Amino acid sequence: MTNKTLLKVRGVTKVYTMGEVQVHALRGIDLEVREGEFVAIMGASGSGKTTFMNLVGCLDKPSSGSYELDGINVHEMEDEEITKVRNQKIGYVFQSFYLLPRTTALENVELPLLYSNSVPAKERHSLAMKALETVGLADRARHYPNQLSGGQQQRVALARAIVNNPVFLLADEPTGNLDTRTSVEVMELFQKLHEEGKTVLLITHESHISSYADRVITFRDGRVISDKKTPQPRKASEDLKNMPRLDEDEELD
Amino acid sequence: MNFFGILRIAFKSLARNKTRTFLTMLGIIIGVAAVITMIAIGQGAKKMVDDQISTMGTNVIMVMSNFSSSPSTVRQAAGSGNTLDEADVAAIREKVDGVLYASPVYNTFGQLKYGNNNWRGSVQGVDVDFFTIRSMELESGDFFYPSEVENGAKVCVIGKTVSDNLFMGLDPIGKTMRIRNIPFTVKGVLKSKGQSTMGGDQDDIVLAPYTTTATRLLGMRWRFMTIIVSAESKERIPLVQQEITNLMPARHSGTTTEDFMVSSQTDVAEAANTVANTMTVLLASIAGISLLVGGIGIMNIMLVSVTERIKEIGIRMAVGAGKRDVLFQFVVEAIAISILGGLIGIALGWALASILGKTMGWSILVTPWSVFLSVGFSCIIGIFFGWYPARKAANLNLIDALRYE
Repeated sequence: MTNKTLLKVRGVTKVYTMGEVQVHALRGIDLEVREGEFVAIMGASGSGKTTFMNLVGCLDKPSSGSYELDGINVHEMEDEEITKVRNQKIGYVFQSFYLLPRTTALENVELPLLYSNSVPAKERHSLAMKALETVGLADRARHYPNQLSGGQQQRVALARAIVNNPVFLLADEPTGNLDTRTSVEVMELFQKLHEEGKTVLLITHESHISSYADRVITFRDGRVISDKKTPQPRKASEDLKNMPRLDEDEELD
Repeated sequence: MNFFGILRIAFKSLARNKTRTFLTMLGIIIGVAAVITMIAIGQGAKKMVDDQISTMGTNVIMVMSNFSSSPSTVRQAAGSGNTLDEADVAAIREKVDGVLYASPVYNTFGQLKYGNNNWRGSVQGVDVDFFTIRSMELESGDFFYPSEVENGAKVCVIGKTVSDNLFMGLDPIGKTMRIRNIPFTVKGVLKSKGQSTMGGDQDDIVLAPYTTTATRLLGMRWRFMTIIVSAESKERIPLVQQEITNLMPARHSGTTTEDFMVSSQTDVAEAANTVANTMTVLLASIAGISLLVGGIGIMNIMLVSVTERIKEIGIRMAVGAGKRDVLFQFVVEAIAISILGGLIGIALGWALASILGKTMGWSILVTPWSVFLSVGFSCIIGIFFGWYPARKAANLNLIDALRYE
């Protein structure tokens, strides 16, 4: 791959102090992710993968080491600037969706646009609608999160992640709360976005989920223990054809 | 993020949690309504006092006998002897600048009779100037004339209470009633003035020429208790008061101490207003405390709401809200609650004051300053009590906030 390096991590460590005990979550990570890659990060719980993800997503700061995001030295930045990077360059998808309650799908998707000064009010609506169309939920725009199924909620969260057109799509166990078929559907969406040129970084502990990525990095005890390319990743769309259609359309409304 | 964006987010957030918003507002609503109502009652009382004082007449100054002999002799209570005479009245009228009218006032009581009815009432012997000084108006009939005063005519003007009790619905004009068995012809009936500041009935009164009163009722006593004077204007009252005070000792050179007192309507008004103002301050401070409690209520709810919304704050920050955005959102929410609550409180307080005024018969006055005061106060409360929870929200750690359950 000749694409430019999007993420360059050098000797990153993270130490938490929990009471008297110091927990070494990351013990020196060196990594590079190029533009257009679909990376799955695997590891048991406590392996440091989520901590690593939070650093990449600018939700947290490393204890030492440096990392560059799209050519920006994030570890040297002030809070205000990091907030901006998080808003403009990162789209984050969480395991438990993290949608605002009592807020429509559309308004949830609009949220990142509200906090960025670059998008005029008029465009916000159409951009959010477009993102919802991408995830196939345009007809659910006026629904509240509690009127949507888990898979739909995660797709709304995904729409929110891509609405600002970020360079990086981060997902922390996006399928952790979903059944098998819905998981594969969400993975299909990630693959679709990847094919459209998005760089995807995804955490999972399920090997069948990581098999959809074209690179799998495994963490253990705060270190990278393996980093493999998958020449022929599985196609989620192919898998879906062979899966029984569950009661996926049994919607709550 | 721009200001209007924050406003939008804050208002949406308030609208999404209507019950919480309303309950938070309730403290401010009650506080502001209480301030408005209390001040309205206080100011209403003050206005009532002012109105009553103005029924005493316009720019009135009273000169009163203060009989007391030299300190070494037996001294008596004020007013126990009458030291003023007609010459004093003439002197005040002529020598003091700024005096428009002056009239002697004899005060006496007498049994009043008409037919089989009788009534004990206050009889005042006065000059014609008295009607003007006291701004008296007639319901029917006429005042007596200067010539009648000069001749000591047996005529009188009676108040509403006397008319009602003595004539029982008959028209008293031209009828002859008896005061201490001396016949007087009723010339006029006065318009009702209602209660005085001190609670006395201002309509229970008979006015007769002072000459007649002196000769017929009081047995040729030419000294009286009070001279009532009207000054040109309110501003001149202190000056006129001073001049009278300077003039009198020369005329009463026989006495070693001052045998008179000069007081004015302004003195009475000031005393009454002090009472009314004290009441307003008292009521307003009670209401102010409830407003403060309302503010603390806002802080409570905002603090609870920060805890309740930790996750929401985390989500907002994760998608790109900065510390400042979160801070502003919470401050704006608090201010919006205070101002909205303040406005509702004003409406409620106004309504409450009017209802109280109607049902209790109290005089009510909603003053603009009380409205501005309470709105301003509720804004300040919003900022003051909104800031701390807002800062707490803004300083949350993102990861902790997101993980918060």
